[in-house]
Amino acid sequence: MKRYSLLRLIKEGFSGQKGWEPAWRSPDPKPRYDVVIIGAGGHGLATAYYLAKNHGVRNVAVIERGWLGGGNTGRNTTVIRSNYYYPQSAAIYDFALKLYEGLSRELNYNVMFSQRGMYTLAHSRHDMESAARWVGAMQLNGIDAELVSVERIARAVPILDVSRAARYPVWGGIYQRRAGTARHDAVAWGYARAASALGVDIIQNCAVSEFVFGGGGRIIGVETSRGRILADKVGMAVAGNSTVLADKAGFRLPVTTYALQAYVSEGLKPVLDTVVLSLATGLYVSQSDKGGLVFGGALDLYPSYAQRGNMPVLRGVVSAIAEQFPSLRRVRLLRQWAGAVDVVPDSSPIIGAAPVGGLYLNCGWGTGGFKAIPAGGWMLAHHLATDKPHPIAAPFSLDRFRTGALIDEAAASGIAH
Amino acid sequence: MLLIECPWCGPRDEIEFRWGGESHVTRPEPHVGDDVWGDYLFARRNPKGVALERWQHEHGCRQWFNIARNTQTQAILAVYRLGEQPPPEFRPVPGR
Repeated sequence: MKRYSLLRLIKEGFSGQKGWEPAWRSPDPKPRYDVVIIGAGGHGLATAYYLAKNHGVRNVAVIERGWLGGGNTGRNTTVIRSNYYYPQSAAIYDFALKLYEGLSRELNYNVMFSQRGMYTLAHSRHDMESAARWVGAMQLNGIDAELVSVERIARAVPILDVSRAARYPVWGGIYQRRAGTARHDAVAWGYARAASALGVDIIQNCAVSEFVFGGGGRIIGVETSRGRILADKVGMAVAGNSTVLADKAGFRLPVTTYALQAYVSEGLKPVLDTVVLSLATGLYVSQSDKGGLVFGGALDLYPSYAQRGNMPVLRGVVSAIAEQFPSLRRVRLLRQWAGAVDVVPDSSPIIGAAPVGGLYLNCGWGTGGFKAIPAGGWMLAHHLATDKPHPIAAPFSLDRFRTGALIDEAAASGIAH
Repeated sequence: MLLIECPWCGPRDEIEFRWGGESHVTRPEPHVGDDVWGDYLFARRNPKGVALERWQHEHGCRQWFNIARNTQTQAILAVYRLGEQPPPEFRPVPGR
């Protein structure tokens, strides 16, 4: 891999830009690997990168049914934060945030991580009491959450309607300074390029049809549209399609697949230099570097594998924008899409060994997987390489649905995930 | 936007309804152990294809009923009452 640098840019400028090379190799699959990862989204690619980088396991393939980063990695609203309630959640999401802070340098690829901060809006006395409790918990978890006044929010977000007559009056909120956004595609591309440079094979347009079972019912590979690929261990990071693969492996997961919509408006001059989330409407919004307002809201109302959303939820989210940001009422939507997200009853991820030997899981991130990509990859790589859970990932084993040791962020933090 | 055929009220807009989870989940006998109980509480079929689901006409007659729905196309393939079995072509393969 030739490194990207200012010097290189200047050199290529003088030589007609002819010296650039593809960011990653596209080899044919080998018949056998030490590890095969299913799913070339952020989590799968990060897993392969950290397997090679942290553990020296370089005989690795990442196989992808469609195209690299074409699932939820390319469909989210790019928000990164770690303001969670439970210590286990704060530990893993802040681990991810810290890795994001150094990721552009680590990967030699600009992921455009912009720590522009995030305001979570409280809309009533009760919201404020909850917010105070959450901030206390977050601070005990070592997270930089602050309780902020409505005056401070009004200064930071002048387009927000904080008047007494507002449909959703603002009483104050929670601020996390280190939160922000990153370029979602760049995260996938950066991990792919860095993993490929360390010897990882990235194989796109390669759908898994069946698992290959060896002695004792252990999984020893996969049948794909590009032939049989054997592996000592198989990892899967396929989000909304997790139960489809679990079916093929012969076990069940506590995962339900929903459509989560996202929207982008036409490009505007800069009007919003932070991230805003409303506890009342579930709306979250930021402005991309291109000028489009990137926003989303709640899940669709029933399970769906279709990567498109339904109209009632779209109407609700757009109504929230119109009520809370009156000056944006006439802004037009440019695009709308959805991702198939893997929702778990306690809104916490599932990381670790599957009930079937030879298979390892990274799923259940639900609506918040993008922010966790570096941690999800790091944790799954650790488990694949050492056959033991990383201490931060241990509470997130599938076993918690048998023991009852849930990490119930869904009920705890009151924040859309 | 789905048009859902409530067995009592006829075709109504999806916003009047509430999705209520997988149908035909059978509560196990007491003292079955953590594995079976955990499966009963949390493991779901989550099919990519035809799902058998409970729905409630929440903003209408408030009755519960069953729907067979394709989770990829959103096509509603059958509506049947609580306590009834799904049409044979939609019954899940045993073992799941």
